[in-house]
Amino acid sequence: MLGILFAVLFYVATLVLVIGVAARIWRFARIPAPLKVPIAPAPKTSGGVVLRMFREVVFFESLFKSNKWIWLFGWTFHMSMWLVLMRHLRYFTQPVWGWVEVVQPFGTYAAFGMIFGIAGLWGRRIVVERIRYISSPSDHLMLALLGGIVFTGAMTRFVAHTDIVAVKVFMLGLLRLKVGPLPSDPFLLVHLFLVAALMIVFPVSKLLHAPGVFFSPSRNQTDNARKKRHLAPWAAKMES
Amino acid sequence: MAAQDTDIPQLAHPLEIPRLKCGAMAESAPYAASREHQEGLGFPGELLPDWKERALAKMEELAKRNRAFQVYLDTCVKCGACTDKCHYFIGTGDPKNMPVARQDLLRSVYRRYFTFAGKYFPKLVGARDLTEEVLDEWYSYYHQCSQCRRCSVFCPFGIDTAEISMAAREIMDVVGKGQKYCNEIIGKVHDIGNNLGLQEKALRATLEDLEEDIEEDTGISVRIPVDEKGADILLVTPSADFFAEPHIEGLLGYAKVFHEAGVSWTISSYASEAANFGLFIGSYENMRDVSLRIRKAAKDLGVKRIIFGECGHAWRVAYSYLNTLAGPWDFLDQGYPIPQHILEFTWDEIQKGSLTLDKSRNDHIRLTFHDSCNVARASGMGDEEGGQFEIPRNVIKAVCNHFHDMPRDTIKEATLCCGGGGGLLTDELMDLRVKGASPRMTALKEVTEEHGVTHLAAICAICKTQFSKVMPKFGYDMDSVLSVHQLVSNAIVLSGQDAGEGDGSETPENAPNDAIGEEV
Ligand code: SF4
Ligand code: SF4
Repeated sequence: MLGILFAVLFYVATLVLVIGVAARIWRFARIPAPLKVPIAPAPKTSGGVVLRMFREVVFFESLFKSNKWIWLFGWTFHMSMWLVLMRHLRYFTQPVWGWVEVVQPFGTYAAFGMIFGIAGLWGRRIVVERIRYISSPSDHLMLALLGGIVFTGAMTRFVAHTDIVAVKVFMLGLLRLKVGPLPSDPFLLVHLFLVAALMIVFPVSKLLHAPGVFFSPSRNQTDNARKKRHLAPWAAKMES
Repeated sequence: MAAQDTDIPQLAHPLEIPRLKCGAMAESAPYAASREHQEGLGFPGELLPDWKERALAKMEELAKRNRAFQVYLDTCVKCGACTDKCHYFIGTGDPKNMPVARQDLLRSVYRRYFTFAGKYFPKLVGARDLTEEVLDEWYSYYHQCSQCRRCSVFCPFGIDTAEISMAAREIMDVVGKGQKYCNEIIGKVHDIGNNLGLQEKALRATLEDLEEDIEEDTGISVRIPVDEKGADILLVTPSADFFAEPHIEGLLGYAKVFHEAGVSWTISSYASEAANFGLFIGSYENMRDVSLRIRKAAKDLGVKRIIFGECGHAWRVAYSYLNTLAGPWDFLDQGYPIPQHILEFTWDEIQKGSLTLDKSRNDHIRLTFHDSCNVARASGMGDEEGGQFEIPRNVIKAVCNHFHDMPRDTIKEATLCCGGGGGLLTDELMDLRVKGASPRMTALKEVTEEHGVTHLAAICAICKTQFSKVMPKFGYDMDSVLSVHQLVSNAIVLSGQDAGEGDGSETPENAPNDAIGEEV
């Protein structure tokens, strides 16, 4: 029974996530940027733009220039999250890929990096007057959701060990459209439930910043307006 | 509000973060455009009964037309990194002047009508209905943004509040709530060709006077031609350069450089304006119409090149948009950048060695340089990344012995706005302008204390006018702001001129700045 419930939940969540995000990306990609608006320091070549984008998404370069505290918490959170996500691949692959094995020990303890990041960001949201002013309930809720996921996940790993082999069997089954039994460990169930919730809210929340960062015209445009004429399709119609 | 009422913020350093003062600037708003000015640009003359539907329809259209608008509305994570980056926030403490809060004034409405979360859980995501109070709030706070883009530099996603405020102003225009200052000026450009409404005859007379001034001063006849068919270069410069101090001094500098370089050039009476306020109101169509005047002038006069004078937002429109709006420029000489900045031209000439420069003529000046927002963050110069920072400084160092930069976090891509850009250079906003200038003025004071800096050079007509108005409130003379080409003009020794003559150091009377300086 539990297995079926969570299976349905995950199928729905995956559909919502994939279709929702794909639809947003499709929308972002189709809207033209009518004018050249790269922000300084703007690269003159497309290679330069790739490099800039790389520095932004890997090092959070602008955030670093902007605010060291937000950078420290935000960057630690995101990088830890990648490690944790990579580690989680082991529950969906058989045999486990070699590089996932390598990540395993780092991914395990990265959970504390995520907790550190969330605590820092949340603390600032409450304590710093300016950030408190711009926060909506949804901003707190998002941190609560992430915090809940990391906390319950860490519990199943470090405190109340769950039957991870059974979980893996369940997940591998889902990938083959076969629904099996799921251990009824409360931390595990809450963990899985919150993850599904996160996947469902992703396309309608600020988590859209993940695809959005690549579509920001001020950061993804090449500074070559004088050399190459840039014209949006709707603007081209004015010329005829 | 009269400027005298302004309590000038005392900042310990240029970027001091203020305590929040909720509602501090809620009363600030520019004069509304009259029916005539609105209709002149094709906007309704007053707030229409169905304004709300029109506003939402426009918002939807913008989200389909402009990727930046859509992506920026969806992408902000409320991290707060931008909250202390706006000079208007630093100067006023009003939390709605924090860039993300300014965006949220519109984002909250976008969410309410166009997103799942906002439609069904408005309280949760801070979504709200569009009401007349909200519209008034937009009018106030979107006219407290100089569209300087400083916030965009520091946002992890490059979210540019300027894009949002341009969009907001466009939405307000199409529902009949336009701003007088911008819309009146754009109307003048459409009708006459420049922001001042200066007719051809008056323009010719002014320029003849200036030619006489140069001859009197130097003994050399230097021409400032108007509408000369067959000239090689069309100079497009802000009309303030014809009338206001210190702008005129810059124009004299361009004329002398052209003279020494031995090129033929002309001003056009039809396109006698570099400024393009269509940018400020976010109107592609208006911006395009103004730009097309330059294309027509270039064709009619048969020029081979176009060079722009010192103006910040004009250079943004020229460098980044002119090719889009009024191109392709296949009838011009492809051997030169199209368009070219006067500083690029002058720097080339300096490197070629065609100018004789006597730096000591600027020895009475200890100088710093103000990077104008639109030049620094929204355009470039030369072929190298960062040329817009280096080329002006290179020229300055070639003509001036005492140069000191302000603190690094207040210059170049992090430059602080003069406080008067983006269509806010109007008297009724003086209180905002003074407060918005305070971070820049504090940075200036630091180099005054440290290096004895006496003057600030700028390459933007708006900056120059704004500074000459607000600097006296911070203890500087109104003529402490200079054009970069004024320094060039001082230093240049014209061929045939004996080196002792005309040291150029005296500045003519500050005459008409008050009368027309607001209309650069
Ligand atoms: S820095 Fe960018 S993402 Fe962060 S609050 Fe400001 S606009 Fe939003
Ligand atoms: S564009 Fe400039 S004036 Fe506008 S919010 Fe950003 S920093 Fe402030």
